[in-house]
Amino acid sequence: MNKMVPLPSKAIVPERDADKLPILDVRHLGIDFGGLTAVDDFNFTMGRTEIGGLIGPNGAGKTTVFNLLTNVYRPTRGSILLDGVDTLGMSTYQVNKLGIARTFQNIRLFSNMTVLDNVKVGLHNNTKSNLFASVTHGFGYHKAERQAKERALELLSVFHMQDLANAQAGSLPYGAQRRLEIVRALATEPGIMLLDEPAAGMNPSETAELMENIRKIRDTFQIAIMLIEHDMSLVMGICEGIAVLNYGKIIAKGTPDEIKSNPAVIEAYLGKKGA
Amino acid sequence: MERIKKKMKPLAGNLITLAIVCVLFAVVFILVETGHATRHMRAMLVPICINIILAVSLNLTVGFLGELTLGHAGFMSVGAYAGCLFSIAMKDILPMAARFPLAMLVGGLVAALFGVLIGIPVLRLHGDYLAIVTLAFGEIIRSVIINLEFTGGAAGLKGTPQDSTFVIAFAVVLITLLVIMNLVNSRHGRAITAIRDNRIAAEASGINVTYFRMLAFVIAAFFAGVAGVLYGHNLSILSASTFDYNKSIELLVIVVLGGMGSIRGSVISAIIITVLPEALRELADFRMLIYALVLIVMMLLNASPRFAALKGKLHYGALVDAIRNKANKEGKAHE
Repeated sequence: MNKMVPLPSKAIVPERDADKLPILDVRHLGIDFGGLTAVDDFNFTMGRTEIGGLIGPNGAGKTTVFNLLTNVYRPTRGSILLDGVDTLGMSTYQVNKLGIARTFQNIRLFSNMTVLDNVKVGLHNNTKSNLFASVTHGFGYHKAERQAKERALELLSVFHMQDLANAQAGSLPYGAQRRLEIVRALATEPGIMLLDEPAAGMNPSETAELMENIRKIRDTFQIAIMLIEHDMSLVMGICEGIAVLNYGKIIAKGTPDEIKSNPAVIEAYLGKKGA
Repeated sequence: MERIKKKMKPLAGNLITLAIVCVLFAVVFILVETGHATRHMRAMLVPICINIILAVSLNLTVGFLGELTLGHAGFMSVGAYAGCLFSIAMKDILPMAARFPLAMLVGGLVAALFGVLIGIPVLRLHGDYLAIVTLAFGEIIRSVIINLEFTGGAAGLKGTPQDSTFVIAFAVVLITLLVIMNLVNSRHGRAITAIRDNRIAAEASGINVTYFRMLAFVIAAFFAGVAGVLYGHNLSILSASTFDYNKSIELLVIVVLGGMGSIRGSVISAIIITVLPEALRELADFRMLIYALVLIVMMLLNASPRFAALKGKLHYGALVDAIRNKANKEGKAHE
């Protein structure tokens, strides 16, 4: 396991990322829905190639954090610096262009399209073909399409899914759909990828394989990965830094070993001793 | 794993659609030229082409963008009036060969402009709300046209040169098919279908949802406008009352019957729906009753899984597979 080192801003990142600008720097982030404070004073920093985890009991506000990071919700307080750029007021698609890709807790594929086309949609902003070329199928259309197809198959091969390229996305088995969502997110060439419960509904052997793949993606693409997960074997197995959320607030931050022995975390998950 | 559906290559499907359309055109053209077509049949040719253009363009918003719009006749009327007014003004200045294509361009562009103007408020909505608001806009356009001076008001617009011919209308059908099929199988088309399948995921994948919804809406409006120009140049009097919501609903019926997202289906069903009321004319009073019954039966048939399975068997890809399997089996039997 990598050593974690503190930054001047009191955040901790893996040693190898310490001298680089963090890919994600979230400060005092908070959102209220009416009178309900869903997330409050959320501070989090992700190193360039860090695998970070966000855990917490159901309803703690984990997915809300992802929705804030991707500008699906507009934060009530605080700021998000993505690669040093403040994303306040941007649209979701603009934030994606800047480098955040995500998957969803309840799978959101383009289910009537083929697997290949799903990935090609992810490649949308990296495919160079203007409207005129699209309408006429000339002027660089075929070259751009060929490149997109090659790249898509290359990305699918990360999960050994290239043989399923022409299958309809909605007809894939559950596990393959989850993997396809990750491939589609990767296709947008993100600097950081947010995975919302990637192992949900997977059996232990699939989870172990997923773990390997997440590590492989990080190493091959040199990106940061932040994941929400309830499967503790996965979280403790691959995350370098973990934040524990409860009632919208971070109650603990640290390495997996620190989190495992943290009394506040144990209390949040199991309740107070003797209560 | 064997349950995973394979999709046929879209480009092969498109070529088949184009081939079908061209063969149909050739057959009809020969019939007309050799004098085998009745006057009645000939009169239906241009309306069929117009309905194909309208249905294919409406399919872009209903089938590919996934938004039910009920104002397609509105865009058609805007295009028709713009194109016809242009032609009337240019009647003595330009020869027909230059005037008519220009009129279609003008009609299409004006309709596209209205597409942008109407799209700005309408595309803030989704689903049922969007459908109702487009319906309202279609009606607004119609009543505005009736109450304006220069459109001829309720009496209709007279004096448009009758330039629409079957060959020209067919050429426009071909262009429409090419443009929309190309668009659908491109980066832009993928973005549009992605929005239909999952708007939130599309946006998270870096697609500017507002832009692409507007794009689909405006392109559909453009072709509706062009169809309107063809329509206006096929009649001696252009009357706004024909562009009411019944027309929009009829177009929607064509698209739904042909299958949302199926361009070939739109073409076939546009032909059926245009010909059907004329073919039933002899039945006089029972005409609309039979027409409605035929529609109901066809819709039920289209929705039935058995009919879908039958269609699947007649599918080009499936046929090729079947022949290949048979050949393989025979090859094995010989060994």
